[in-house]
Amino acid sequence: MNEAIVEKGLFLLSIFSILIFLLIIIFIILESFPAFQHIGISNILFGINWAPDNGFYGILPMILGSIIVTVFALLIAIPLSIGCAIYIEEFSQNHIKTLFKPIIQTLAGIPSIVYGFFGLMVLVPISRDFFGGSGFTILVASMVLAIMILPTIISLSQDAINSVPSEYVESSLALGSTHIQTIKNIILPKASLKITTAIILAMGRAIGETLAIIMVAGNVAEIPTSILSPVRTLTSNIALEMGYAIDIHYNSLFATAVVLFSIIMVLMIISNVIEHKWGC
Amino acid sequence: MKLKVKNFNVKINNKDILNNININFKKNSIHALIGPSGCGKSTFLKSINRMNDLIDKFTFDGNIFLDDKNIYDIDEVSLRKKVGMVFQKATPFPKSIFENVAYGLRIHGIKDKKFINKKVKESLKASALWDEVKDKLNSSALNLSGGQQQRLCIARTIAVNPDVILMDEPCSALDPISTFKIEDLIQKLKRKYTIVLVTHNMQQAKRVSDFTSFFLNGHVIESGKTNQIFLNPKKEKTESYISGRFG
Repeated sequence: MNEAIVEKGLFLLSIFSILIFLLIIIFIILESFPAFQHIGISNILFGINWAPDNGFYGILPMILGSIIVTVFALLIAIPLSIGCAIYIEEFSQNHIKTLFKPIIQTLAGIPSIVYGFFGLMVLVPISRDFFGGSGFTILVASMVLAIMILPTIISLSQDAINSVPSEYVESSLALGSTHIQTIKNIILPKASLKITTAIILAMGRAIGETLAIIMVAGNVAEIPTSILSPVRTLTSNIALEMGYAIDIHYNSLFATAVVLFSIIMVLMIISNVIEHKWGC
Repeated sequence: MKLKVKNFNVKINNKDILNNININFKKNSIHALIGPSGCGKSTFLKSINRMNDLIDKFTFDGNIFLDDKNIYDIDEVSLRKKVGMVFQKATPFPKSIFENVAYGLRIHGIKDKKFINKKVKESLKASALWDEVKDKLNSSALNLSGGQQQRLCIARTIAVNPDVILMDEPCSALDPISTFKIEDLIQKLKRKYTIVLVTHNMQQAKRVSDFTSFFLNGHVIESGKTNQIFLNPKKEKTESYISGRFG
């Protein structure tokens, strides 16, 4: 009797949270619908002009912006964080390991405004002095983003390296391979799937990041021409204009949201497929 | 004597694990180490190829000589090349059968494809696995049966041309038929290699080994020819262990 109540109660709770999620999605799709209807899907997805005052609602610059900033952030973050994870798990002494862990956790817990503020006050001026222009660039945005996703990749890669069975490592060493050879030939290949899912998760986080990016990216809604161009991401587009958007403009921001979460959805599906198909 | 162990003591975390071990291992012989669980025989085995160096808080004193050379005067990579090891659990790498055997050659910098092919074939033949796998060298080693995996691990070990092979209960996870095949293989291998075999199974020690050392609580109680140890033990403890009164 009692057990049945608990079970039903838990069932209701879990249904409730899923329901909220579904309602939000339905709401976003419904709100975006007029935009897709009036402007046309291809005009939104592939339009290169974003000028709501003149009736242009193309979000291609933002789609590209999000992708470019994320890719550069990953290019910076992946070598740093995987190197860091390998060092901590394979080379560091125990006391260094215990020192690193809380530092990395804290890094993950710092609010994004702090990183954005650091970027705005430190990196933007440096970029301005070195490369000229305003200093609000893809380069700076990617660097800030890279710092923000470092802890995710580091700690998940650490787990991945840790989960390589010690028998493999011992067998490899017993054959006379050096520590480095064992890392390269046994540990990294075995951990690579988990590291890949870690990177995809970090990508999801990077694409979704808003505040810090707005502060350093310049937010010009144009297709960037170099790494020193300013850039506007999908998230920034919503955040910057939601305060005053009305009618189709308002709906087109929801259309931006639909595109954004479609991208993130695809990433999550890829990471799930990797995890289940190759069972890591 | 291939291997000489002199006054060897091991402490892990300041706890005595091995006390004053003195054993000589004859070239081209099979030397079994028997004793109850926790008696230190595996720790001793792993001292010979310095795998214990990986353990935190491992300390030792005394000496082990390989061909009259102190093993701590040889760098660990060359030592482990000369002293191969087969583990209790078969641990093929998640690679193809071919790559598993070629692994040791590749890490030692051999690039000559012909040589690698030849060596892989030889090693698989020497480990009595060739006929079973010759048509599927490129399929994953993880699809082999437990006994085949263990023979693959032996092939992988002999591919790098060791002098000594350490075996840590290589049959403990295998069925009787696979066990028989491995025992048969071990006896053939002694023509080329010196084998140190840790085993729980006294019948196995009796069947395959030439010499036996009986370990108890970190001490070697008795060491000698296998026949003598089993038929005519000198120490009372040895007799009660092999007659099954404890352990």
